Amino acid sequence: MGMNSSPFPIISALDALTGSLFLLTALGVLATRQVLASLQFFIAQSLLLTLSAALLGVALNSPHLLAVAAITIATKTILIPWVLRRTVSAEVYRTREIERVLNIPTSLLVAALLVVLAYVIANPVLAAVNAPFAQVNLPLGIAAMLLGVFTVAIRREAVPQLLGLLAVENGVFFAGVAIVPDLPVIAELAAAVDVPVVALVVGLLTRRIHLRVGTTAVGMLSSLRER
Amino acid sequence: MELAAIVLLPAAAGALCWSPFGRRFAAPITFASAVIVLALALSASMQAARLGHFDAAGGWLTCDGLGALIVVLVALVGTTAAVFSWGYIRLRSRHAAPSKEQHYYVLYNLFLMSLFAVPLLANVALMWVAVELTTLLSAFLVGFEDTPEALEAAWKYVVLTTLGAVLALLGFLILYWGSRVAGEPPFTWLGLVGAAPRMPPSLLWPAFLFILVGFGVKVGLVPMHTWLPDAHSQAPASICALLSGVETTTVLYVILRLFPVVGGAAALDARPWFIGFGLLSVAIATLLLVYVQDFKRMFAFSTVEHMGIILVAAGLGGAEAHLAAAYQMTGHAIAKSFCFLAAGTLTATFGTQEIAAVRGIVKYAPFSALAFVTGAFAIAGAPPFAIFISEFMILKAGIDGGHYLVIGLLAFFLVIAFCSILFHVTRMTFGAPRADTATSVAPVSCGIALAVAAIPLVVIGVYLPSMFQGLLRAAAAAMGG
Repeated sequence: MGMNSSPFPIISALDALTGSLFLLTALGVLATRQVLASLQFFIAQSLLLTLSAALLGVALNSPHLLAVAAITIATKTILIPWVLRRTVSAEVYRTREIERVLNIPTSLLVAALLVVLAYVIANPVLAAVNAPFAQVNLPLGIAAMLLGVFTVAIRREAVPQLLGLLAVENGVFFAGVAIVPDLPVIAELAAAVDVPVVALVVGLLTRRIHLRVGTTAVGMLSSLRER
Repeated sequence: MELAAIVLLPAAAGALCWSPFGRRFAAPITFASAVIVLALALSASMQAARLGHFDAAGGWLTCDGLGALIVVLVALVGTTAAVFSWGYIRLRSRHAAPSKEQHYYVLYNLFLMSLFAVPLLANVALMWVAVELTTLLSAFLVGFEDTPEALEAAWKYVVLTTLGAVLALLGFLILYWGSRVAGEPPFTWLGLVGAAPRMPPSLLWPAFLFILVGFGVKVGLVPMHTWLPDAHSQAPASICALLSGVETTTVLYVILRLFPVVGGAAALDARPWFIGFGLLSVAIATLLLVYVQDFKRMFAFSTVEHMGIILVAAGLGGAEAHLAAAYQMTGHAIAKSFCFLAAGTLTATFGTQEIAAVRGIVKYAPFSALAFVTGAFAIAGAPPFAIFISEFMILKAGIDGGHYLVIGLLAFFLVIAFCSILFHVTRMTFGAPRADTATSVAPVSCGIALAVAAIPLVVIGVYLPSMFQGLLRAAAAAMGG
């Protein structure tokens, strides 16, 4: 992947390792059977995003990226788990299997195809523009993003769908730290504040659905459709 | 000065509604704020039509013809929907805790603030945050009724539109990357249009597609429209008026902003994508309109249809088509919000949204019947209403441009949609009353809101003040036509 030509050989290798683990955690969010495990994979994924942002921040000497790393660790590994514990703790901490539309082997097969698709999307972009770490971060970020979309599509319950949504967000930021290391801090801050608010709104909505309907299997809610 | 006030006044009104003071006065506070903001919006739009473009608040806020048009439409619908809410929301929350009504107005004002922020924020990344806020602040307004159906609709609304917004975020990050490569212009729409010819097409193109598909979810473009009829039929009618009338248009505005950016790169052509998504949306929405069984869903499908029409008009390109698109956006926002207010009055009267359960409105509620039929004619595109003229302008611009196939298909679907809407509405209004019909009297504020909203509905079809014509031309110019 052109790592030899990189001006930062060691950090590039570390970032590539971080990227592969990042993709593995996206698969974890997609394929685990328990809600709590899915949440733990999301937290691990957020830590890897933090690590990648910090590595790139050091390599590119960019205080922006170190700010991104700090914001990520604060919002995604502390604030979001706290919000979920406050709003839907019974959903997260009760051990039981999550209902899903596809079985795990089929899901993983589709996931493999999505990773290939991510490279198909990223390659023409990378061929045209040279950015030091984009070779690793752009395709893997897009792959994690597509896996998150797929997670939302196959999960039938509220909290697992929310975790899929947050994983999509992580994927976009994993690509983002490499392609726009100098995004204005105000925009980063605003986008970072947005994520826990999404978790809060969705968590409160989940709680209300649970109170009102008695289940959080949102995939089962289908009274609204064309007859 | 006005621009900052337009964004901050609804925020202040929201805070005031939240205070103990808001327990009794939330509705009048909301109404007063909406009226003042409408006056400020009209003044800002005159300035935009005259100057073409101006900045405020140290360059953080900006306003041109297209942005001013959106601001005026949001302010207008925000005012009529606030009047409607006064009695309607009290009626709908009479069995709930008193704080429910207060929370409604807090969120109502904050939702308006986010809708104003989208066209006014200069920085495109911050604008993305504002779009995201429109979803988050309106989620509990969609789920206001607290029924299983309303909560299901709110769930689909939040999850799917947020998912779309995050996909669009990747598009904006790539766009920012492209602008860095092109020599670091400010990350504003104006800066991007200027830098587009120097941006690598292989960056601009994926950015465009991610934003088109991602924000297309929120606009309700087929096939990303599945959540829209649910949210736009389950929310209280005043919120439906805002969602269908202006929230969709506000996000469509962002997509329209991309047209001159992509058009600046010689190697790229966005027009087939605009026309393709537009025609597909018109076609599917028309089919759904034929079989629809719920009259609020009928108006929701009509919104999908109109978003498609506007996208086709933008995709045709040229000054005439873009002027028609701006006029169509205006006509749609005014007529669709009116239709939802009329539909809300009917649900308050008949206690149902089923088309088959409502017959002979004219016998039970002649005023509502008049409003409902007027709204239906206006939204279906009958003369003398604005949508008739704007659709005619779009068809003419297309024929002049030689797009015979596109225009043929568009005209075909428009006629079917027209007949479907009027078929359902005339059966409901003039059909033989059912024996089991039980009616109650709708709140007075519903009637007042309809009477006020009818003024722009009727006026813009027959008479356009020269100042407003100037605004529409400035909006068309900002679309690159």
